[in-house]
Amino acid sequence: MKATSSYLQELTKGILKENPVFISVLGMCPVLGVTAFLVNGFGMGVAATAVLVASNLVISLLRKFIPPQVRIPCFIVVIATFVTIIEMVLKAFQPVLYEALGVFVPLIVVNCIILGRAEAFASKNSPLRSLLDGLGAGIGFTLALLILAAVREIIGQGTILGPDPESAIHLFGANFEPMALFAQPSGAFIALGLLLAGVNSVMKRLNI
Amino acid sequence: MEKLLSIFFIYIFVENFVLQRFFGICPFLGVSRKMETAIGMSMAVVFVMTMATLVTWLIYTFVLVPFGLGYLQIVTFILIIASLVQLVEIVLRKISPTLYQGLGIYLPLITTNCAVMAVALLAVRQEFSLIESVIFAISASIGFSLALVIMAGIRERLELAKIPDILQGTAVTLITAGILSMAFLGFKGMMTL
Repeated sequence: MKATSSYLQELTKGILKENPVFISVLGMCPVLGVTAFLVNGFGMGVAATAVLVASNLVISLLRKFIPPQVRIPCFIVVIATFVTIIEMVLKAFQPVLYEALGVFVPLIVVNCIILGRAEAFASKNSPLRSLLDGLGAGIGFTLALLILAAVREIIGQGTILGPDPESAIHLFGANFEPMALFAQPSGAFIALGLLLAGVNSVMKRLNI
Repeated sequence: MEKLLSIFFIYIFVENFVLQRFFGICPFLGVSRKMETAIGMSMAVVFVMTMATLVTWLIYTFVLVPFGLGYLQIVTFILIIASLVQLVEIVLRKISPTLYQGLGIYLPLITTNCAVMAVALLAVRQEFSLIESVIFAISASIGFSLALVIMAGIRERLELAKIPDILQGTAVTLITAGILSMAFLGFKGMMTL
């Protein structure tokens, strides 16, 4: 009947082979927008993964009841609801992170990754598979955020665990002048472009 | 009046929504291949963004807030945007089928354009008045269009250049966007609200 991919494959495909950021080039806005600091990137990744898993699950459970003509607005309402919940949770329990992520938290609702997985997968597969698919894509997304944030923060500011000056770990000593370009928007574009080029060359070598 | 002019100038150049604030990257990367689609997409975005901000501001101020439904902000805003895009699609199919064909998948994708949602949200979160919000939307969308058209012009020439394999496609576009963003850095601090 259906594909014989194992449950483990559903989980891992979102991390490597179908990584939403590096392979499908989706969800670019938060990847560029919140990766000035590692903790922000990580927070965004966790929040987006939570929404992705929850919405994939619910949409998969409801897939037999949603009429095809209005499926996109239905998906959007489900996703928007979970984003609202996550926004409230963040505002209450992680106010510093909430302030740092700013308007990108509600913008999770227009993150193409979430709508994309809902349309391509959750609306056609069982709840367990959809949950794993969402989790995999979310982990892949978080990984991409972490890699870019690591580049930008380590090279661009010389710290890890900034922006809070007390907990920031300065990696290179007090006299280090970081390449401030990478902390700026321009640097984000360039860093991501170079990372994509790197991923392309790795994919070529491995012939995927 | 001064504030309106400042808003208009700032969001086109100083705080360009694509190049400085990272909104609307997906269409920016996707539609900037050819000048015609870029211009078509720009006009659609200007229209949708302005109308969306207008409608969402009105609904937020006169419906959501008085009835204590502020928490429905995200859901209502995105539904309003989705409906407006549907409307533009229907109208465009009637008025200009060629443009409709040219935009293809990218027209319904304006729904997920972070820029439209961001402008609608920021207009109420920064507590702009109605007229300020409309000017804000017009200016942000013109800024988006400017970035998109410039990028389309560059990419059309890049097609003819010799670029290493691994850099082709999105990678070189992103690097170009970075350099473009550096150029726009020149406007920094020119004006503040």
